[in-house]
Amino acid sequence: MEWVGEYAGMKVAVCVKQIPDPATPGRLDPTTNTLVRDGKLILDDSDAYGVEMGLQLVDAAGGGEVVLVSMAPHRETGGLRTALAMGADRAVLVSDDALAGSDALGTAKVLAAAIRPLGADLVLAATESTDGYTGTTPVQLAELLGLPSVTFAKRVELEGGGLRVRRQTEAGYDEVTCPLPALVTVTAGVVEPRYPSFKGIMGAKNKPVDVHTVADLGLDPAAAGWSGARQVIVDVAPSEQRRAGEVVEDQGDAHQAIIRFLEQIKVL
Amino acid sequence: MAVGRIWVVTESSGGVASPAGLELLAAARRLAPVVEAVHWGGDAAEVAAVLGGHGATRILTVGDLEGALPAVPVAAALAARIEASGPPDAVFLTASYDQRDLAGRLSARLDRPVLTNAVGVTEGADGLLAEHAAFGGSTVVRARITAPPPHLFVFRPRTFAAEAAGGPPADVEVLAVPDTGAAGAATIVHRHVAERAGPALDEASVVVAGGRGLGDPSRFGLIEQLARRLGGAPAGTRAVVDAGWVPYSYQVGQTGTTVKPTVYLACGISGATQHLVGMKGARHIVAINKDRDAPIFGVADLGVVGDVTKVLPRLLEALDARDDRGGTQ
Repeated sequence: MEWVGEYAGMKVAVCVKQIPDPATPGRLDPTTNTLVRDGKLILDDSDAYGVEMGLQLVDAAGGGEVVLVSMAPHRETGGLRTALAMGADRAVLVSDDALAGSDALGTAKVLAAAIRPLGADLVLAATESTDGYTGTTPVQLAELLGLPSVTFAKRVELEGGGLRVRRQTEAGYDEVTCPLPALVTVTAGVVEPRYPSFKGIMGAKNKPVDVHTVADLGLDPAAAGWSGARQVIVDVAPSEQRRAGEVVEDQGDAHQAIIRFLEQIKVL
Repeated sequence: MAVGRIWVVTESSGGVASPAGLELLAAARRLAPVVEAVHWGGDAAEVAAVLGGHGATRILTVGDLEGALPAVPVAAALAARIEASGPPDAVFLTASYDQRDLAGRLSARLDRPVLTNAVGVTEGADGLLAEHAAFGGSTVVRARITAPPPHLFVFRPRTFAAEAAGGPPADVEVLAVPDTGAAGAATIVHRHVAERAGPALDEASVVVAGGRGLGDPSRFGLIEQLARRLGGAPAGTRAVVDAGWVPYSYQVGQTGTTVKPTVYLACGISGATQHLVGMKGARHIVAINKDRDAPIFGVADLGVVGDVTKVLPRLLEALDARDDRGGTQ
């Protein structure tokens, strides 16, 4: 298969976010009104698909490298180790107190500075994070890197020296072709993320994680963090709550209650 | 700081404007004296009447993109227009697949922040305030952009009601697309339109959604059957989408589609905040779940504590029997 040669040595950068465990309820810092991010961070589930996709594409290319890129406070590597255990080769982590309060664009600027020197053929990311779900960082990153982007990928294949991607649309999907280098965001469920093997977990401990500060990357500290965000939270208030209605135990007849309800609201 | 001009990004296909753009036009009209529509595709002249009728005085169109994914060329054309004639105070976008990309491209290109997932907007003393639902919708956070204009806002669909204003057809201004280089190289080679028997998920008046409580992907057929029987759309939680039971397009929630149907039937769904934020706007909610303490019962008008795999077959059977009798019992 001649395409193997075309992609040999393919370098894939996968953006991963390390987030507080979504199973524990989030809260806002009362003074800054931003999400509190203390405690242990884990790999965002959404990012496991990008990591898996990166590993599969490098396999299909006949070899190459999967590099994780992440920005997190306190040199946190908990989530990175999970992705390294899945099989990623190494990681680049940007960690700097000056980055606290960064918005999506500020984050994209930091990731762009970290990814630029890698010379990646492909940048992968999730469509959005589980905790912040702004959903714009990957495309902002593509614009800053001058790359084409295909978002909401349901399937990614190597074809003709570039990519062929099935992109989710409101009506179905589009088949999109795109040259490399490029950025692709993958939807959940696009591939089945592998579980790290015991060997993988042990091996991950020795894989390199390069930690950078804002100054290392040559970034203007004012471009990220609080000042770079250029947005403020004005107030926080409880929203109007729905009230719970009638609750019935099913004794073999609850379907009748549902039918009566649907009749009442004229759906039947 | 009075708002003078808002650009509203609209989408259309074959001369039919999508409802989301008309919703945003209604919101923008209440906030600014001048509202202009951003458009791409070959049908600007055909949608001039409806966009004008909903309050746009002008259509800024990029024209037919000949298969290019829209975000890059549209962002480049808007940036050039801003360079030449100055920015609007704000740009309103909808959280569609293409417009989320456009928001990201515009933000990075103009070096302006963007507020996404907005579920409301008001005018404050210092500019527009976007409302965001946090913690599953229990909290409203209001935020404001402090950067120079244009201020970029991405709204969840169905946030506002579309409302005709009775204006004349909008003027059409064609924007030139600057060379976008490698960034503009992604090209659509084929559009696949999924066959869909029922209404679109975000437009359906009845939504029947299934969660992990169904226990097994094969039982999702019950959800499809009930949706078909009620003339509604089937949907799923993030958990069943992640598990590969149904495609991403089925997903209702924070990551996924926001729905506001007449009635939402949550079947085997516990009601994680991630899910609630996408369906709490339903006029009526019916929930079936085994766990009496499931959060979904906190928002349901009718809650059934029971095994969804037993209740749904009986419900389908009873609906058939009801049909045979020709209507109400």
